[in-house]
Amino acid sequence: MKLAEESFLTDDFLRQLINVGEVDILVGLPTHNNAKTIGSIVHTIQSGLLRGFPRERSVIVNVDGGSRDGTPELVTGVSIDDVRPSSNPYALRTLHSISTRYASSPASGIALRTILAAAELLRAKACVMLSPESANIEPEWLSKLLRPIYDDGFDLVTPTYRRHKFEGLLITNLLYPMIRAFYGLRIREAYSPEFGFSGHLGSQFLGQNVWNDGTEGSGVELRFTLAAITGRYLICQSFLGEKDHIERSAADLVPVLRQTVGTLFTALEADFPVWSAVAGSQPPPTTGADHEVLLEPLRVNRKRLREMFSTGVAELESVFQSILSSSTLTELQRIARLGEEEFHYPAELWVRTVYEFAASYRKSVISRDHIVQALAPLFRGRVCTFLLENRNASADQVEDNIEALCLEFERLKPYLLQLWKSGE
Amino acid sequence: MREMIISELSQAVHEMARGFAHFLPRLVVTLILAFGGWVIAYVVKAVLRSILRLIKFDKLSENAGASQLLTNAALPSATEMLSRFVFWVTWLGFILLGVHVLGILGLQEQIARFFLFLPRLFVAMFILFVGLLAASFFSRAALLAAVNANVPSPRVLSLALRTIIIVFVLSIVFEELGLAEQTMLVAFGIAFGALMLGLAIAFGMGGRDLAKRFLEKRFVRGKKAENEDELSPL
Repeated sequence: MKLAEESFLTDDFLRQLINVGEVDILVGLPTHNNAKTIGSIVHTIQSGLLRGFPRERSVIVNVDGGSRDGTPELVTGVSIDDVRPSSNPYALRTLHSISTRYASSPASGIALRTILAAAELLRAKACVMLSPESANIEPEWLSKLLRPIYDDGFDLVTPTYRRHKFEGLLITNLLYPMIRAFYGLRIREAYSPEFGFSGHLGSQFLGQNVWNDGTEGSGVELRFTLAAITGRYLICQSFLGEKDHIERSAADLVPVLRQTVGTLFTALEADFPVWSAVAGSQPPPTTGADHEVLLEPLRVNRKRLREMFSTGVAELESVFQSILSSSTLTELQRIARLGEEEFHYPAELWVRTVYEFAASYRKSVISRDHIVQALAPLFRGRVCTFLLENRNASADQVEDNIEALCLEFERLKPYLLQLWKSGE
Repeated sequence: MREMIISELSQAVHEMARGFAHFLPRLVVTLILAFGGWVIAYVVKAVLRSILRLIKFDKLSENAGASQLLTNAALPSATEMLSRFVFWVTWLGFILLGVHVLGILGLQEQIARFFLFLPRLFVAMFILFVGLLAASFFSRAALLAAVNANVPSPRVLSLALRTIIIVFVLSIVFEELGLAEQTMLVAFGIAFGALMLGLAIAFGMGGRDLAKRFLEKRFVRGKKAENEDELSPL
């Protein structure tokens, strides 16, 4: 046992871990006020473990961020007997459920750190992180995320989902293309609350200096994926099925940008030796489809998006002058004046915008948090164009458009390299 | 009589010559101090300029909004301004020291006051710089938050915040310098009170619709289909 990990785990949690002993499979379940759904999720997990890993020693580790609705008690109180008869009555191994409260408010970084420390102490071979907010977790998800690790020696399994063509637009318009261009691996969901990992990768990441940067581990799941790529661990994808939509309010975009884009821009700084040497990209091994697109009609207020873009470009001119080149800013100001139908934020301009933001972030031309916030109205403009381009598009056409954007990110990569070097 | 006049005159000339003989070395010392002070001030200026360039002080002052003020006033960069300021303060210090050596009565007290004033001047300048930095940071934070929350007239909000902080900082600076303390205090009180009253009236008169929209958005369901944030970014 490492003292470093012990120091932030409570005595009670350590006692629980000692009682569990060694395990083969660990299921990490971070929670915060999930009493309504947690019971069925734990049943699903138990069912998945009994079906997929009946003879393995397993534990569900719940780390709670200060729930006031009794979520931890519900996790530890769910009896495995409810699911045992219907799945495998002859399971020989016991399944433990333990719980700890790490803080009075949720912080995904601390939750993951606690789970990684628990996995290391329990010498878990294969681990999986699940989110209680994913309402449609299926028992099969456990096998899909754990089998490649447990049987095939992979270190990280990221999910792929069936999504509506207009969902996950930050992923399709920025995270996926940029990670693909810079890290050379076409990982669809680099930032996901569900993923599987080996105990070895977990231990390595636990020892990295990412936990004490004052961000409480914001966006740590993305850092985890990027660390696996740069550490040359074996990575694959597994198709899980439909991802249930989580409702988000307008206020959610900026925190999400902080967690994802801020984390990615920070990682680019440390990973410069890696990404500057990467050319092209390769798809990772994938079980099942690497994407599936739903096409149901969805009513979206494009006008409002365009207005927020135009307002942002006009009002934030002084901020953009510090971040963007004059040619990019002039072009943005031109398209901000276009009407709703002729509005078009081209892929090339979007990529240049993102790259100039990344370079300015690295140079800290203004507060880094302000740089990330300033991207929000521009992202809305890009979303508006994406919606226009794909409003009548088939699944293949949507994929073609995303692929074209990815290639644009790859094509213009030397531009960021040039900006990067000019700041040295 | 004639002899007396000649004696007085020669005595006066002697005294003048003796006084000049006493004064001349002091004058030479003064000139040496002035020249030596110029050399030292020049070296200090050159060293400070290099240090400021090394730590990218211009970038910092740009972030603080000070560079913009200087450019608008057709003044040199912040690094150049600060270097020149330190040069003149250093040289002036040496000149005043030289004047002190001359022993001119009445001036000495003023010179002593000047040297006592210097630390306060530096503190005031530091407060001004940090205040401008804070005003720039918080006004930009307000601007970004207002734009992203789709609040009307974000620039007005940002400018109001910036003005409040700058007025507040200026009142502290003047207090530190000991200049027009009462006037500044009253001026700040009036400006701040007027601003708050203005905001209260503006909120009461013009904010009804805004408050209504906010409450509708917060509590009335059913219009969500028109909201782009139905689209999860992740």
